[in-house]
Amino acid sequence: MSETLNLKAKLGLNVFKEDKERHINIKPGMEKDPRLKRAVLVCPAGLYSLNEQGEVEFTIDGCLECGTCRIACGTEVLEWKYPNGGSGVQFRFG
Amino acid sequence: MEERFDAIIVGGGLAGLGAAYTLASEGLEVLLLERGDYSGAKNVTGGRIYVNPVRDMYPDLWKKAPFERFIAHEEVTVMAKERSITVRYSGEELKKEPYQSYSILRAKFDRWFAKQAERKGAMIVTKSKVDDLIRENGRIAGVITGGEELKADVVIACDGVLSLTAEKAGLRSPGNPKDYAVGVKEVIELDPAVIEDRFALADGEGAARLFMGEVTKGMFGGGFLYTNKESISLGLVVSIKELMENKQGIEIPVMFEEFKNRPEIAALIKGGQTAEYSAHVIPEGGYKALTRLYGDGILVAGDAAGFAMNIGVTVRGMEYALASGYYAAKAVIKAKEKGDFSAKTLSIYEDMLKSSFVMRDFINFKEAPHVLENPRFFNYYPELVGNIMRDLYAVPAGPKEKLYPTVKRYLGFKQLWAMAGDMRKVMKI
Repeated sequence: MSETLNLKAKLGLNVFKEDKERHINIKPGMEKDPRLKRAVLVCPAGLYSLNEQGEVEFTIDGCLECGTCRIACGTEVLEWKYPNGGSGVQFRFG
Repeated sequence: MEERFDAIIVGGGLAGLGAAYTLASEGLEVLLLERGDYSGAKNVTGGRIYVNPVRDMYPDLWKKAPFERFIAHEEVTVMAKERSITVRYSGEELKKEPYQSYSILRAKFDRWFAKQAERKGAMIVTKSKVDDLIRENGRIAGVITGGEELKADVVIACDGVLSLTAEKAGLRSPGNPKDYAVGVKEVIELDPAVIEDRFALADGEGAARLFMGEVTKGMFGGGFLYTNKESISLGLVVSIKELMENKQGIEIPVMFEEFKNRPEIAALIKGGQTAEYSAHVIPEGGYKALTRLYGDGILVAGDAAGFAMNIGVTVRGMEYALASGYYAAKAVIKAKEKGDFSAKTLSIYEDMLKSSFVMRDFINFKEAPHVLENPRFFNYYPELVGNIMRDLYAVPAGPKEKLYPTVKRYLGFKQLWAMAGDMRKVMKI
């Protein structure tokens, strides 16, 4: 993702409350599934990226809980739940 | 004796709050569980609600509702790569009360609506995520939240576009990318006087703008802008299927940034401070993508059922959420009178929706998703109109070509034939 975009700073404007666990995980054995690459294109928070080996890396910090990755990659690839109650993004405008 | 509710509602957005408000108004014992810190904490809208279809369902609600601005000006902009054409529609009819639509921010509106539902007697518990459903004798009999079992005669799944609740109940399967779009949005704060000046608004008036074409790189979708009281909601909506398959390899955050950097947009948000960045999935599959609406002991309403619709000129979801929440509540009231919450009795919910604007709209516009996903609308036509405008307005050093041949150059037999083909499809909606 381009540096000028400064997506991290943009996400930093939001209110996030930390969860005690990650609510999205790549299912074991699915790390190299080609469907994961779709998430790189569709994730509004840019949480999925390709590393130099061409594998998808994923971080949960800044997740907007939209569910786009779940729809694009599918539930065979991603273990997807909402964060626990009172955790995650809390929109002040919405 | 164990506590038992008449109804448990999963999700405190517009469908859930609408159902809670309606049920509580009739004296039913209703519990609403919301996973956010407050209603609206997990909700995102592009920004505009149409009141007419739901005005009479909630007669006491509108006078004090914390909307932003009433929409008095509608603009649509067709964007080609290097030029754009904008049409602005203003009319006295848009400026007369009761106003037909308002810009809206959900964290503010839903929080207020939750208070109104509580005043009617609904019990609302926030920071509470539903993890599973309780099943008894083949029917849904309650929910499990934070390890606690809560029982009810009926559960209403209003947990949004992914509805894991309806999925657990076997009423839907995880979505197909072709039936969904992803929306991203920034709320950009600006001085109200600047907003009014920039968008030529009289006091309290608001503007709604849509952008199509190059903004989505030819993919199905578009941009939007709504003026709020002290901010602008600016966003982009794109088909998930087209985005995940796009050969240009463009990522949605980059596409959004390029949209913001278009000179037409940059001028509108200049000097503004982004206050929030949000994203949301939108059901756009129309009638054919609706989920099953009821089962034994359960109903599905709002985005959870697929009730949102894009027909190009309008993109709507919130009225369908409010209306389906209302009818779900009415169905529960009937079921309680009968003392029977089986699928058979609850099917009255679907009957009510069918005789209301909700299902009538979905049936009337069932071809819209298929007709509108024509890539020519997002690429060919914007460039074509842009080129015609460029040539019509150009004054060369030498003599200017006559107007009719200027236009006709772009409209040969082949092009007109293809347009007629597109038109035949458009006539279905």
